[in-house]
Parts: sequence; structure tokens; C-alpha cells
Amino acid sequence: MQAWHRPYVAAFRARFLLMLQYRAAALAGFATQCWWGAIKIMVYAAFYETAAAAAPLSLGDVITYTWLGQAFLALLPWVADPEVGLSIRTGGVGYDRLRPLDTYSYWYARTLGWIIARALPRAVLMLVAAGIVLPLVGLQEWAWQPPSGIEAALLFVPALLLMVMLAVAVLMLANIVVAASLNERGVNAVLTPLVIVLSGSLVPLDFFPDAVRPLLHVQPFAGLVDIPFRIYFADLRGTAALQGLALQAGWTLALIGLGRLAMAQMMRRLEMQGG
Amino acid sequence: MPQILVESLAKSYRVAERAPGVAGALGGLLRRRWREVKALVDVSFTLEAGELLSFIGPNGAGKSTTIKILSGILRPSSGRVEVGGLVPYEDRLRHVARIGVVFGQRSQLWWDLPVLDGFDLLADIYRIEPERYRRRRDELVALLRLEPLLAQPVRQLSLGQRMRAEFAAALLHDPAILFLDEPTIGLDAPSKLAVRDFVKRLNRERNVTVLLTTHDMHDVEALAERVIVIGQGRLLADSSLDRLRSGVFAERRLWVDFARDAPTLDMPGVAVRARTARSLELAFDPARIPAAKLIAAIAAEHAVDDIHVEEPAIEEVIARFYDLHDSSEA
Repeated sequence: MQAWHRPYVAAFRARFLLMLQYRAAALAGFATQCWWGAIKIMVYAAFYETAAAAAPLSLGDVITYTWLGQAFLALLPWVADPEVGLSIRTGGVGYDRLRPLDTYSYWYARTLGWIIARALPRAVLMLVAAGIVLPLVGLQEWAWQPPSGIEAALLFVPALLLMVMLAVAVLMLANIVVAASLNERGVNAVLTPLVIVLSGSLVPLDFFPDAVRPLLHVQPFAGLVDIPFRIYFADLRGTAALQGLALQAGWTLALIGLGRLAMAQMMRRLEMQGG
Repeated sequence: MPQILVESLAKSYRVAERAPGVAGALGGLLRRRWREVKALVDVSFTLEAGELLSFIGPNGAGKSTTIKILSGILRPSSGRVEVGGLVPYEDRLRHVARIGVVFGQRSQLWWDLPVLDGFDLLADIYRIEPERYRRRRDELVALLRLEPLLAQPVRQLSLGQRMRAEFAAALLHDPAILFLDEPTIGLDAPSKLAVRDFVKRLNRERNVTVLLTTHDMHDVEALAERVIVIGQGRLLADSSLDRLRSGVFAERRLWVDFARDAPTLDMPGVAVRARTARSLELAFDPARIPAAKLIAAIAAEHAVDDIHVEEPAIEEVIARFYDLHDSSEA
């Protein structure tokens, strides 16, 4: 029981179980995401009626992309972990430094617990609604389709995992900026639009102009939505899928490295107010 | 080798400064002026294992900064610090596993979790073996009367209850040194007494080294044999409370009620401050004539009904001390 990971697992579990209790928030989020997903799909349908030939993805794929996006919306790193902001204001950071733990990993585990607990109930509800209920009521063509084949399904598992790891690595950078600037509003104001647009959550990255597309496909946020979802419906397959996974993994490691450096720097300069 | 060694410790902060008003705010956009605030200047002291030391000083004197450096949260600007042979901010992970800390104004428990869940989480965080943890926890729960609170979320506890839970939380991993930053702040009288009693027992019976800061002079009186006074970042005194008192107030008071009319006293080193028909209020310098000797001398010659010596109140001593050193908060 002296395993090195025991504290981090415990921190993750505590946060996860606590966050899972917010049922009203999950239901409200689910309702909003259903509504928003339906609107997006109707907009796409109108677009495809006039210009289907020009579209880089089929309508069916775009519909699945949209439902996936709505299901996993809460995994997107668009606001810094509110617990970090709170602990900065209340001085809890001092206590975090008093634990015999690697502070980066400790925060990472907690933020991971937070984001997964937020996303899980919404994803399950969305899967039931868009993947099971819609086909049952005869709206098969508007439904969330299963992965395109065994290979896509198997590759989507690591892609989803890396998507979560990457999201938390991004959040950790946001957390550190919050801790250093003592305020979360500035960070969130910048982060939200950046993540929504660059991840492909707003529209798939293939819908962007040719000039910027190559760049968009290799930037870190692509690993949050665009890469895993295209693996899901086998738009990325074989070598391209593996490259996608490698890109996700590479950015995750790079951002974790950057976060660790930034945190070490911040902790060295840490000053606590009062007395 | 002392357990805690602090040598020429200094810590300064850089704070942005701007003139008040709109002009100042606009000016601050263009050019930021920094001012250096010296939180600690050349502080040195040592502490042996099992000692109990109180840090006192006005608000902003540098007490908490010292505790934060000793506990490894802050790094000093210069100076040398060793706690149990480790430099706290260099060897943080090993250091913090051996200390317990309670900040009276902050909570280390999880607001939304029941007290017991918080303890379990701390056991995981400190990687305490389950058997050892259970024993330690049950002991602390009994000692601090926490049994009825274990199932309650921390946010529902009163401050006094929470403080008892905080102490247990800080001691689950059986630290050799306990840092307490204003542990009795805001507590009611019974809770204060309970905290003092607990700290004293911990120190006496378990030989835990305790370093505490406080503004409550009754804490100091009840707890500490040794007191360090800091003012404006400097160490002003490091002595026993008694010596501190006699250093500030050379004079003490003696009240004597006589069975008959009060006599005229003529003793060297003793002055009559006030008299009624049957009583005298005397001022004397204990360095010149000890209280016991004075009392014996009076009782030998006169029929005495009642007699008592009064010490200057500790608040008075400290306030006077700050004044003497010109170190009340600026």
C-alpha cells in the first residue's frame, strides 16, 4: 500500500465521486447539448442540400461528429479547474505544498477526476438519446452511428483516452496561469474560444479554408475533437489514424512537460499574502 | 544539533506600487514602480526537539512568513534554514512528510466531504499503512472528541469543531514537529482552552516539537516556556515569558491588607503607591528585593490579613514591548 500512485488515485477518486453528485448540472448540460446538437444538425442538413458535393465529409459522418461532440463537450478544456481558482483565493495552495506529493501530478489527478465526472453522465445520456432513442423512433438517418468497423472502434479507445489526457494537460496550463495571475477570468476568456474553434468542436477542421487546414491539423487542440472523431468514423484510418494518435500523444507529453516547467517556475516565485 | 536551525533568515517581496487615483492608475500602465518589502531581516534562532516555542508580534511582523519558510512553502531570499537536518524548500517532499501544520485561518479538510472521508484521503496522501492509520485516527478521535462529527461534512461544523478536526488532520501522519499559525483565532473560550490543553499534552506526553504564532497572550501564558518576539521582520527578543516581563516592567505591585491601621513602611527598593486606612499598594523591583523576601519581611513585623502580588498583564507587557522597540504596525 506504499505504492507511489496511491495518493493520486485517491485524489482522483475523491474528486470524481464528489462531482458525480451534481445530477442537476448533468441533466441541464445534457438538455442544452441535445438542443444545440439538433440545431447544428439542421444547419448542416440545409448546407448539404445545396452544396453536398463541396463538403469534405458525408452528412452522416457530420451528424455522428456532431453527436459525439455534444456527448463529449464537457471533456473540452475550455475553463480552468474552478477548484484551483478557489484554492488560490482561500490559500489552499499552501496546504497543497505541504503534502508529500508532486504538486503537478496531484492537481492533474484532481482535474482529471473533475472533468471525467462532468463528462461521463452527459456522454451516457447522449449515447442513449442520439444512438438508441433516435433510431427507435424512426430517425435513423439523424442518429449517432456506431463506429465504422472493428478497426475504427478499437482505435477510438486510445484516441478517447488521449483526448482526455490532452484535455487535462491543457487545463493544467490554464490552472497554472490562474494560480500565477490569481484570477481565472482572463484565462477562461482566452481559452474558451480558442478551444472551441481550434479543436473542431464548432465545425470540423476540414471545413476550414485550404490555406490554414494543414496547420490546423497539426496544432495541439486538433487532438481534442477532430482526430478522435475522425478515427471513430474511419475518416482517419490505417497509417493516418496512427499518425493522429501519435500527434495526440506527442502534444500531451509536450504540454505536460511545459506545464511542469511552468509550475516549478511559479512555485519558486510563490508568495503568500498576509502576515 | 538542534532540530530547527535558522540563521540570518531574510525574505523580501517586491510589490507593485502606484499613486492613488486615475492618474496613478494610468501611470501604472506605462511604468510600474516596484517597492521592496522586507518581511524578514536577519532572523536567527534554534529549537531543540520537544521544545514549545511561541512566536508573537504585531500583525505583519513576519511570524507567518517564518512558519511558511520553515514548513517549505516559501523560499527565503537569503539565510540558512534546516529542520531535522533537511532544508525545507530544497527537500520539500521528505520534509513535509515529517511535519504537521495548522493554519488557523485556512482549512486543510475538504469542505464538501464528511470529516472521516477527509481523514481517509489524508491517509492515502501520506501513504499511511492502513493498520497504523486506524490506530492513530481512533486515538486522535478519542482525544479530540470527534466521534459525533465524523459523518458530518466539514462545511457544517462550527469553528471550534472544525479546529479540532484540523488538529487531527495535521497529526494523522504522526509528525515530529507541529507548526501552528494562530490556532486559536476566532475560537470561543472553551475551545481555546481545549486547544491549549491538547497542544500542551502533545508536547509534554508525545514530545512533539511545537512552534506556534499567536496574538492571544493567554495562549502564550498557558503554553510557552519560550517566546520569540518579532517586529517589522526583526527578532526583538528570544527568552522566557518571565524574563520578557521583568525586562519590560522592572516594577511589580504588592497589595497588603493589614489587621490594624496601615503602617508607614520604609524599606529600600519599595515605594508606596497608594494607601487607605488599612491597606497599602506597594511597588517594588524584584531584582532588588524578591517578592518572597518582601512578603516575609512585612509579615514578620505586622499583622497581615491578606496579601497578593500582581504581575503586569501580559497584554500590557507586550504592548509596552512593541512601543519600546517602536515596532507596532506602521
